[in-house]
Amino acid sequence: MELLIDVASWICLLTGGFVGITGAIGLFRFPDIYTRLHASSITDTSCMGLIMLGLILQAGLSVLLLKLLLVMLILAYTSPTVAHILIKTARREGPEPILDNKEVES
Amino acid sequence: MFLAVSIAIMIVMVLALVRAFLGPTLFDRILAVNMFGTKIVLLVAVLGVVSDQSSFVDIALVYALINFIAMIAVLRFFEYERRTRERESS
Amino acid sequence: MKVVINFGIILTGFWLINSGYFKPLLLGFGFLSVVIVIAITWRMKEKDGEFFPLIMMSLRLPGYLLWMIGQIIKSNMDVIRRIWLGSKSISPTIVTCKAGQKSDAGKVLYANSITMTPGTITMSIHDDILEVHALTRQAAKDLQLGEMDRRVTVLEDV
Repeated sequence: MELLIDVASWICLLTGGFVGITGAIGLFRFPDIYTRLHASSITDTSCMGLIMLGLILQAGLSVLLLKLLLVMLILAYTSPTVAHILIKTARREGPEPILDNKEVES
Repeated sequence: MFLAVSIAIMIVMVLALVRAFLGPTLFDRILAVNMFGTKIVLLVAVLGVVSDQSSFVDIALVYALINFIAMIAVLRFFEYERRTRERESS
Repeated sequence: MKVVINFGIILTGFWLINSGYFKPLLLGFGFLSVVIVIAITWRMKEKDGEFFPLIMMSLRLPGYLLWMIGQIIKSNMDVIRRIWLGSKSISPTIVTCKAGQKSDAGKVLYANSITMTPGTITMSIHDDILEVHALTRQAAKDLQLGEMDRRVTVLEDV
């Protein structure tokens, strides 16, 4: 049982690290700020979630677990807010978004 | 195993910093700095679990909140700056 | 009144998790700060119209969160695949969609859910028209089908 939890948390941690690096590479592969925001949003959701899940499995039943859950909750609440306010300001002040111009959506 | 995760998080942080230096527009830089802050929270949480002290996680919590408020403050600043610019030009 | 008690229980739990001490003095401080926070929030009601968003008390919320996690995992895999495929595979679009929720809290929940799933980000809200930037045309089409909108609207009638 102990071993099973360890293996599960290792898988979560390693996948989280891989997803984080992928998101950081996405910062370089995407053309403009609007699309880069999508790449940063995957590190804020799944990389954060997987690493926190792995840590929670390692922590066991204690105060540490509740506090990790709290950090996870606060990060999950704040990151969409920051993304929204960033894209709103960028739309108003920054460059025009690069759009796919094959057809015009309604 | 925690070492591997810490190294992965640090690679992400270095890449985010490179983006912050390269970033063609200001918003790229803000985005990269925000990502850097989120990854610091994760790194501090990993440290807290390794050393089995819940006070590290408190630091992570405070860092997350300060990071959030700092981002809101920086972006608010642009909004006010735009308003003053409009008032001066009119 | 029920709402106030619920909010008080949540705040007390928050205090206990963060403090971890059970001495009478510290518990007294905790009680005092819970009362102050409830009083301040009660005053803000006149400005804002609602004391505590009723949507948070919906019994369907856990089911919605589970569905949301599944949705996040699905779109994460899609975005990760597109990052490795390179910038040829993306087709950024801006679409508008309609929010069918009545209350402000419902609209905020819907807009935040859109932003939280990678691949779509809410750009602005005017009354009930949302402007959404999507990474691919497929993601925009999925959003316009409106399944998420329906699920959030159902949460609203408690």
